[in-house]
Amino acid sequence: MSEQLFDPTAPLTPSGNLRRREFVGRLGVGACTAAAVLAVAILAVVIFTVFKRGASSLSLDFLIKAPPIFGGPGGGIAPELVGTIILVALATAIATPIGILTALYLTEFAGGRFARVVQSAIDLMQGLPSIIVGVLVFGLLVAGHSESGYAASIALAIIMLPLVTRASQEVIARVPINLREAADALGVNRWRTITGVVLPEARAGIVTGVILAVARAAGETAPLILLLGVFNQTQTSFNPFASGGMPNIPVEIFNLSEQADPDSFSRAWGAAFVLLAMILFANFLGRMILARSAKRTGR
Amino acid sequence: MTVPPERQATATETSVSRRIRIQSDASAVRKPQDNGDARRAVALEPVFDVNDVSIFYGPKRAVQHVSLQIYRTMATAIIGPSGCGKTTFLRCLNRMNDTIPGFKIEGQLRYHGHDVYGSRVNRVEVRRRIGMVFQKPNPFAKSIYDNVAWAPRNLGMRRDLNARVERALRDAALWDEVKDRLKSSALGLSGGQQQRLCIARAIAVEPDVLLLDEPASALDPIATIAIEDLITVLKRRYTIVIVTHNMQQAARVADKTAFFSLDSERIGTLIEYDDTERIFTNPRDPRTQDYVTGRFG
Amino acid sequence: MSLGDGILFGVCAFAALVTIAVIGVAGYEIISGAVPAVSKLGVGFLTHTVWAPNFNKFGAGALIYATLVSSAMALVLAVPIGVAIGLFLSMMVGTRIRAVLGPLVELIAAVPSVILGFWGILVLSPFVHEHIEPWLNHALGFIPLFGSPQTTGSSLFTAGLILTIMVVPIVASLSRDLFLTVPLEMQDGAAALGATRWEVIRGVVLPTTAPGVIAASVLGLGRALGEAIAVTQVIGAGTAIHGSLFRTGDTLASRIAEQFPGESPLWKSSLFYLALILLAIGLTTNLFAQYIGRRFQVGGMAGV
Repeated sequence: MSEQLFDPTAPLTPSGNLRRREFVGRLGVGACTAAAVLAVAILAVVIFTVFKRGASSLSLDFLIKAPPIFGGPGGGIAPELVGTIILVALATAIATPIGILTALYLTEFAGGRFARVVQSAIDLMQGLPSIIVGVLVFGLLVAGHSESGYAASIALAIIMLPLVTRASQEVIARVPINLREAADALGVNRWRTITGVVLPEARAGIVTGVILAVARAAGETAPLILLLGVFNQTQTSFNPFASGGMPNIPVEIFNLSEQADPDSFSRAWGAAFVLLAMILFANFLGRMILARSAKRTGR
Repeated sequence: MTVPPERQATATETSVSRRIRIQSDASAVRKPQDNGDARRAVALEPVFDVNDVSIFYGPKRAVQHVSLQIYRTMATAIIGPSGCGKTTFLRCLNRMNDTIPGFKIEGQLRYHGHDVYGSRVNRVEVRRRIGMVFQKPNPFAKSIYDNVAWAPRNLGMRRDLNARVERALRDAALWDEVKDRLKSSALGLSGGQQQRLCIARAIAVEPDVLLLDEPASALDPIATIAIEDLITVLKRRYTIVIVTHNMQQAARVADKTAFFSLDSERIGTLIEYDDTERIFTNPRDPRTQDYVTGRFG
Repeated sequence: MSLGDGILFGVCAFAALVTIAVIGVAGYEIISGAVPAVSKLGVGFLTHTVWAPNFNKFGAGALIYATLVSSAMALVLAVPIGVAIGLFLSMMVGTRIRAVLGPLVELIAAVPSVILGFWGILVLSPFVHEHIEPWLNHALGFIPLFGSPQTTGSSLFTAGLILTIMVVPIVASLSRDLFLTVPLEMQDGAAALGATRWEVIRGVVLPTTAPGVIAASVLGLGRALGEAIAVTQVIGAGTAIHGSLFRTGDTLASRIAEQFPGESPLWKSSLFYLALILLAIGLTTNLFAQYIGRRFQVGGMAGV
């Protein structure tokens, strides 16, 4: 019988090198905690700064007036607000049906090589830098013509498409198979099952996916700079198909951030406040919808 | 690997008397070569002293009122139908239940006189002294060598690491099969080999106690016999507690056996605890009798 | 199959074709836009560092350098921090805290880059310029990377910090998901051998998930390489290669954002050439991440 390396009857407190090993472990846990705290702190600092500095610019005027034509204090971001809403709404109208239908294709009808190619295309699209999306839409639609709002919407739609598709894919795939089988057993056509049973079940997840994609698109700047230029931010435009570009909030922020006067900066903080508030709200809304639906269906 | 002749039934043998024969053969193998009295005295010293222990998961009571003692350098089996708390109880011995949410233990569980759940007790230290092999083999995604060497390295046993690894693999009856491919991945071994690797891993750090949670249930019969032979050899050096739902295994391998079942409140508890021979041939409690004769479970 | 089924199938298949078409069009547009510059400037474009549109000289060397350096810096910082956060969320806190902190970390990725860049100009740059750059220069100035600070905080270094902030949530949330997939039995097996929690993490959790963490890092790298707006705002639009991180520079993406579409055909085509390089790098990293994800069977790896 070999001798024991330790005395088993000793009290159950750390023996050998355990104290040192636990100390190292505590260091590790400390480092990980510090990293998490740092991340949350940075988030808090950014949000707090935007809200604090932007609050002073906020007023009703800010939301309904245009910016002063030659710079200076006062004015607001009304044209930009209108522009962003229109651009994003048009992009959503393009991306949502294509996204949902593609997701349906991948989950309901697909198989084999074509499906893999489609899936790969979606993943690649998600990895496209937004500036590249701007360049490609420029080459496709704008080269030679003047800027146009609908080209910007198409670029935003390309950015939104993979997000909507993947979110929809996930929820549609999670619809329980017994629901589909029940419909089949009733002799219902496949398309009715999909539109009448599967999609309504997946509704919450799809809506959340769209909301999060909207939040993403609302903040995108690079394609808009390329496709709409950085000027023309004072004229409200309701027609994305007219030439002459379309004011919008992200480009306005970018514009103002490159100028070196305090009035521009304070208007930029105000615009940032509005944009960030909308995006945070959209994120919050999306998660709430998902959480409530998960609670209801137990999934 | 064929069944050894002594395990095969003779013409007139009943299953019960065969169990006794195998058991006493095993005891005969275990008989001390020298200094028998001292060894017998030592063997009767309790390693675990369990006193009216009940185990809760939140409000649900999983096991209640268990009292028994587990003795040195012998194999103690815990048998019983599924769902009566055998594994839960086993995992309490080395505090592996701590991470399960809502876990609570009442009563006294002493290891060499120390309360395992005392306030100053270090969990990691407990597990260093009380090792465990699980039902499903769970080798790390490392080489065979690194699987065995990992824990000793942590513990600072870097000198003669090769020798330590070899000794552990030999003791686990795995050395010959793997000595030429120690650097290959452990996941490439068969189920029985993986389980023996897990045993080698556990004994490489030379614990005081070895807990085995149904170690052969995921294995085929031939691998099972290999594991059982291993346990019969290991119990000379380590205190072994083995949970098994296979009665024949308990009869073959264990010196003492504890029978767990559901009590009148449908909560797991200890029904009877005695020498293995007694449990299987002349148990005191009728429920034990029912179980070991196969009337239920 | 009824008429309704057929129509639905057709419509869905069409939508799927559209997605493939988008990628195809992307490749076509960018390649065709770049062809004039490629044929005129060739592969030397990649190494020449002079970018002077007025003299019809275009070279991407300095841009490639700044792109690689700023992204490398972001990876060096963001991967350890992101993995640490992932470990914290999966291994060190309970479900409740995880459900609160996890989304908070992911929220960083929801902040638009223009806002982050603006914050960078007015808050981070001055801070870096006044406190961090001098300190680093003082402590590590013997390394050429940490030269003396310049007049403003606009630098490769600040851009790298902004990129770090953008990459951390990607690595953190993917790592957290990965660590949660490590089988409990394997961790129990390690714990039963008398290992501390940290040793279980180092010996079992991290090695098992290493391929996935690499894939997540590659995805983060892709994000850093393609970021145009925030980088433009804080990098100072420099044109030359400097040894020090504290000088200005310009990346491929930020140069496109600043000058596109240029004012002459060669200028425009050179910008398309830059886009082509960026596209090639972006596609490669994405495909590589997809490959690792598939090979080591990690779910949700392709795209974030």
